[in-house]
Amino acid sequence: MSSTFDKIADIIAETCDIPRDTITPDSHAIDDLGIDSLDFLDIAFAIDKAFGIKLPLEKWTQEVNDGKATTEQYFVLKNLSERIDELVAAKGAQSPDNAT
Amino acid sequence: MQLEYFHLIDRIIDLNIGEKTITVEAQVPEQNTIFEGHFPGYPLLPGVLLIESMAQTSGWLLIALMKFERMPFLAMVKEAKMRGFVTPGELLKVDASVVHEGSGFTITEARISVGGKPRCNATLTFRHIPFPNPALRGHMDATAKRIGFPEQAMPHG
Repeated sequence: MSSTFDKIADIIAETCDIPRDTITPDSHAIDDLGIDSLDFLDIAFAIDKAFGIKLPLEKWTQEVNDGKATTEQYFVLKNLSERIDELVAAKGAQSPDNAT
Repeated sequence: MQLEYFHLIDRIIDLNIGEKTITVEAQVPEQNTIFEGHFPGYPLLPGVLLIESMAQTSGWLLIALMKFERMPFLAMVKEAKMRGFVTPGELLKVDASVVHEGSGFTITEARISVGGKPRCNATLTFRHIPFPNPALRGHMDATAKRIGFPEQAMPHG
């Protein structure tokens, strides 16, 4: 998780011009770091590229709007790191290299 | 181009769904009131209209890739470079390609050339959502026919 967090923090710092040392695992991307939805598209693009995944932003947004999830589950960085690790693992499980 | 209606592209020359690329043409009108102000005695097509031309070109590519189920809206313009003037009467070739397809957004690169010489380019980000109403979808269907959107790329049924 920590290396995933570090990668995300680096991406956010560079993309949004936020001092790296102010970004912690408990930072909420929206509430604490002030990242808006447009800037988050840049972050999603960089994360997609860095991890070889596709962040399901539409699904997450829908879940939050429907009251089925909270923004903390997806946008507190330690939680975002966990979601990314899950997506990377799921992608690895689907890879032909891992087929049995 | 019909600047009064914000129709900035005239016809699709090539649409490659597999490669995720599109090429269109746009004929800059000889006369338009825009040229009276931009600039008096030295008419140039404004850079914002060149960016919009690249956005409309990219938009048609995305509509094709999304099978007319979603509508793209321009969200971000990056690295826009005006490399040369565009003057009345010139024929523009506009190319666009997909750089990244995210969840609910797509990034394209687009460029405009005249006679093989680059005039501008930019990286564009679009958000896309399901068509908000039938009227817009109907308008886009009609526009698709007007600009020669390939029949085989149209959704059927």
